[in-house]
Amino acid sequence: MPLFYLKSTIEKTEGMRPYTPLELAGRNIYVREGCYTCHSQMVRPLRDELERYGPYSLAAESMYDRPFQWGSKRTGPDLARVGGKYSDEWQRDHLIDPRSVSPTSIMPGYPFLMDKTISARGIEDHLKVNVVYGVPYTEEQIAKASADLFAQAQPDSDAAYEFEERYPGVLVRDFDGDPTKVTEMDAIIAYLQMLGTLVDFDLYDEKANLR
Amino acid sequence: MAVRKARHLTLEEGGFALSLTILAFLCLIVAGRTYDQVLAFHAVVLTVAMLAGVFVIFRRYFDEVNQPAPLEIDDRPNYNMGPVKFSAWMAVFWGVAGFLVGCIIAFQLAYPALNLDLPWTSFGRLRPLHTSAVIFAFGGNVLLATSFYVVQRTCNARMPGQISPWFVVLGYNLFIVIAGTGYLLGVTQGKEYAEPEWYADWMLTIVWVAYLLVFLGTIWRRREPHIYVANWFYLAFIVTVAVLHIFNNASLPVSIYSSKSYIVWSGVQDAMVQWWYGHNAVGFFLTAGFLAIMYYFIPKRAERPVYSYRLSIVHFWALIFIYIWAGPHHLHYTALPQWASTLGMTFSIILWMPSWGGMINGLMTLSGAWDKLRTDPVLRMMVVSVAFYGMSTFEGPVMSIRAVNSLSHYTDWTIGHVHAGALGWVGYISFGALYCLIPWLYGRRNVYSLKLVDWHFWISTLGIVLYICAMWVSGIMQGLMWRAYDSLGFLEYSFIETVDAMHPYYVIRAIGGTMFLIGALIMVYNLIMTALHSEEAESASEPNSGLVAAE
Repeated sequence: MPLFYLKSTIEKTEGMRPYTPLELAGRNIYVREGCYTCHSQMVRPLRDELERYGPYSLAAESMYDRPFQWGSKRTGPDLARVGGKYSDEWQRDHLIDPRSVSPTSIMPGYPFLMDKTISARGIEDHLKVNVVYGVPYTEEQIAKASADLFAQAQPDSDAAYEFEERYPGVLVRDFDGDPTKVTEMDAIIAYLQMLGTLVDFDLYDEKANLR
Repeated sequence: MAVRKARHLTLEEGGFALSLTILAFLCLIVAGRTYDQVLAFHAVVLTVAMLAGVFVIFRRYFDEVNQPAPLEIDDRPNYNMGPVKFSAWMAVFWGVAGFLVGCIIAFQLAYPALNLDLPWTSFGRLRPLHTSAVIFAFGGNVLLATSFYVVQRTCNARMPGQISPWFVVLGYNLFIVIAGTGYLLGVTQGKEYAEPEWYADWMLTIVWVAYLLVFLGTIWRRREPHIYVANWFYLAFIVTVAVLHIFNNASLPVSIYSSKSYIVWSGVQDAMVQWWYGHNAVGFFLTAGFLAIMYYFIPKRAERPVYSYRLSIVHFWALIFIYIWAGPHHLHYTALPQWASTLGMTFSIILWMPSWGGMINGLMTLSGAWDKLRTDPVLRMMVVSVAFYGMSTFEGPVMSIRAVNSLSHYTDWTIGHVHAGALGWVGYISFGALYCLIPWLYGRRNVYSLKLVDWHFWISTLGIVLYICAMWVSGIMQGLMWRAYDSLGFLEYSFIETVDAMHPYYVIRAIGGTMFLIGALIMVYNLIMTALHSEEAESASEPNSGLVAAE
């Protein structure tokens, strides 16, 4: 129970922001497909893991994670710092058929993500529930949630400009390479590409939260 | 109809009929208004089930012949064994289903083409189905069946209620159907061993409260002055699981018309609550409950009293006090503060003592009856189960040590450890209990064929050995390969090379699991033949006292 007030577990860290609607939708797909049964999202402070995956995970990095997805098994590699490691095309091809880019992979293929368009129905409610828990979404972000959901994957649309004002510094790309529709593939790649990229470890002061 | 009415509607019947009708109506509204197809499907299933329940209640009521069952016949308790029989057979069914899904996902890891690239058949959705089917469906029904049997026999009293016991067993199994179909259709909370979404959680909460009341009610009206130690374990299991379930599943649905919910806790707090739950699910669901089975069925089958009753009480209090603190050892080297995981590790190591105390108590109960291991494969199964309990409760504290954990965590070693406990301890004590229970419930002298029990025992024992050895080797190898450096100071293996190296062990594991499944299928045949054809025991051969043998 002390975990709810100790500074080390509720530290404020530069760079942390709530998920965009598309990332949140992608995260919910990650949860739905049970990715956590094979992939962890927790880099431990051990030498080989720092070299293999990157800086160790901070408590603050999962402060908006409901549920947490630290995982307990690495049948596949850790994904806490996978954001930006591969291109969108690689991620898409890998999700459609893992063995097309990694011949001996044992991951299931997820080609159906390409066909399912994302639904904006009720997305405002998803943000609202998070606000109840103290996640700092603004009223504007909630009101425009369904527009933002599509805008992040349509970089050439007018809505994308507005979106970038509401969520500065967020990746706006056609993640799945299919400009005709916004699919679940867009959502999950948007989520994967931001994982572990929010905190800038060149600037992070690990002594700041000691007392 | 009123003319034929022989009695008033009891409070229980009326209460259940009214609440089920109201709930069915609510479900119908949800089914009609939701845009969520899975929720609509589940709401319809629940509506139909509840209305069927109301129908049965009233049909019983208007049925002239039906009078409330007498509590006693000829000064002997008139035990209510219907729900026990139902749960026992459901345990058999879900056991086979859960083992089968386990074999499928084991082969998927060796041959990924078996995922079929479809959403409903991919590993990520089947794995929660496997874990929930074996833990909650198989294990849960074994616990329901044995707890209702044991509490009635050792209290010398009939369970209270005409409807409540059936509500518990039917409601619990309906919960499993809702949860399991939900996983396949992509409805999950994404918390290991707590995947069912908010509405299934609520359903389980209601059923569980009824379970607690029925159990306590039986103890309340007991005719034995003493509460046998098995009932203590069952009670700890029921109460603690209720608390764990409520805290770990505290969530708000996106809306009442959506199957999706967001958990109250986030990040590191969620991790702590989850593994506090996760480890105590092992401690109280898979250990305390099954220890109760050990404390009743081994003495019964061996026809010997418990080795030390005092030790069993010490065992009980030490176990429940220490287990509750051990959870954080699942989070070594994570973003959880180190003091918390150290606390978990310390209690995990202390836990070794009460665990082995219990093991010794179970094994020593056979003093003077060791010869029966040669002639009675059912008893042998239960004794080997206790041995596996000892082995995995030794392995567990070792793995909870931070240095060991840095190697073992995230690898197959954990999977091997879990299955040593699950297949060896929980599986075998459950099979042993079922081999005892089915003949008793159907008034048979013994199981249909002891020879087949022998086959079941040896095939599945070999399967377990293949399974856990493969996982030890692959787990330790995986951990060592991840941290291996070459002479120039670079990481020696890429991740995919460590995946390739696992292949032979995944094949061996899948074969081991299949052998375990074959053993269970032999049991199914044997139990069905026991109920249908086995030789009948002489009437009244089964005495009432909890500690006198069956024959």
